[in-house]
This record gives sequence, C-alpha cells and structure tokens, in this order.
Amino acid sequence: MPEQAALREIRLLLPMAPDMEMVASQAATAVAEFARMSADKVDEVRMAVVEACINAFEHSHAVDKVLELTFTVLGTTEPETLCVTVRDHGVGFAPECVEDPCIEAKLKAERKRGWGIKIIRGLMDNVKIQSGADGTTVVMCKSR
Amino acid sequence: MTEGLKLTVDRRQGLAVLYTDGYINNQGGEEIARAAYELIDQGYTQLLLNLHGTKIINSIGISILIEIIERMLQIEGRLGFCSLTPTIEKTFHIMGLAQYAGIYPDEAAATADLSPGA
Repeated sequence: MPEQAALREIRLLLPMAPDMEMVASQAATAVAEFARMSADKVDEVRMAVVEACINAFEHSHAVDKVLELTFTVLGTTEPETLCVTVRDHGVGFAPECVEDPCIEAKLKAERKRGWGIKIIRGLMDNVKIQSGADGTTVVMCKSR
Repeated sequence: MTEGLKLTVDRRQGLAVLYTDGYINNQGGEEIARAAYELIDQGYTQLLLNLHGTKIINSIGISILIEIIERMLQIEGRLGFCSLTPTIEKTFHIMGLAQYAGIYPDEAAATADLSPGA
C-alpha cells in the first residue's frame, strides 16, 4: 500500500488571546472541508481543535504567548486523513499524570473542569501528546 | 471578537425552556447558569436547554452546565437538552452527561417527557 503524502499543509500562528480558538476553528473547518470530510467530521475536528487551543491558552504559561497550528491533509492521490498539530512553547506537563475525568466525581467536586483531553481523544481517531520543558505538542488525526 | 451568546427564556407551566444562540464558552455558560439559577429561585424544577442555535461549545462552557446539573440534582429537579448538533451530542456522551440529564432529539420530545404530569 503506498505511503500517504502531504497533499496540503497550512500553518497558522495564533496569539494566545481571548476567542483566538475561534480563528483556529475556522481554519480547521476550511481544511477539513478541503479534505472532503463529512459535515459531522468537520464539526468534530473543529471542536477538538478548539479544545486543544484553550488547553494551551490556559495551561501552557508560554512566555511568547504564541500557538503554532499545522493542518496537514494526507493521502496518496485523494485526501484520506487530516492531522492537526498544536504546539506551544510553554512549561509542559506530564500527560500520563492527567486524571481521566468522570462525571460522577465531577458532579461532587468543586472543580468541574479538566475535560479537554478526554474530548479530543473521543472526537479524533488518533491523538499523540508530547510534552517537556520546551513545550507541548498535540498531534491529532482523523480519517476521512 | 465572537458575538456573545444570545439567550431567550420561555416560562411555561412548570417548565422553562432556555433557547441558546451562539458559542457556549465560559461567558455563555455563565449566562445560562445565571438564568437557570434565577428560574430555580422562582420555583422551576424542570428546565430544558434548546441548543438549536448553538453550533459550537467548549469544555469550559460544558463544565458550567455540569454545575447546573449538580444544582438540579440537589433540588430533585430535571434538566434536559434538545436539538443538539451530532458533535455536541457525541461530546455530551463522551463526558457522561447523558446519565444525569435527558438528551432529546427535539423540543416536542423533550417537553413531552419533562412537562409536569408527563
């Protein structure tokens, strides 16, 4: 089976500022539509992108306050997969230490938040998170 | 940059329906919570959130909806959601909200189940 190549790649630099996740959402929609994804899949990609952005805005503590997004449409001749890479240059975190939230506990807890990664994993086919002292990179892919 | 959430409330006999229009983020979620708590203080125990006008929501907004669910459980009331996009519905299922709040395809199905005496 031939290996997938990048049919299109779009890079976006976003300031970490209120509502900038909606700019990322618009870009995700445009690229997912280019990849000829169904309307529901377009919606799932854009929601996952919004979650990845607000996670970075809130938790990265990046001094440069810039988020890098790369949208890559992969395929042999036709679009087959969309991968979105969201990278910050913040303080990083230990993904393996992030608690998997559950609704029963959240209903009793004072802090109801902490759902971002669970939502991203639920909406995308494949999610990889790399994090360290030089920042965090989330790569999330969905097939057409 | 984004327009704020528009919220409309329809008070009925024993049931209040909140119609959302726009992005439910932290501000949108707080606006819904304010309206919901006001309705609870007025004695409403059955609330329906009609999300027909909402195409996107984020986890911060949903966390505020979880606070409303918690409050409804405390007063032994019920909160329902209707007219969700497939992605919002899928997200609510991923998070487990469907265990504690009714999710209905449309307002007719929701009101049939949530209205007093139903």
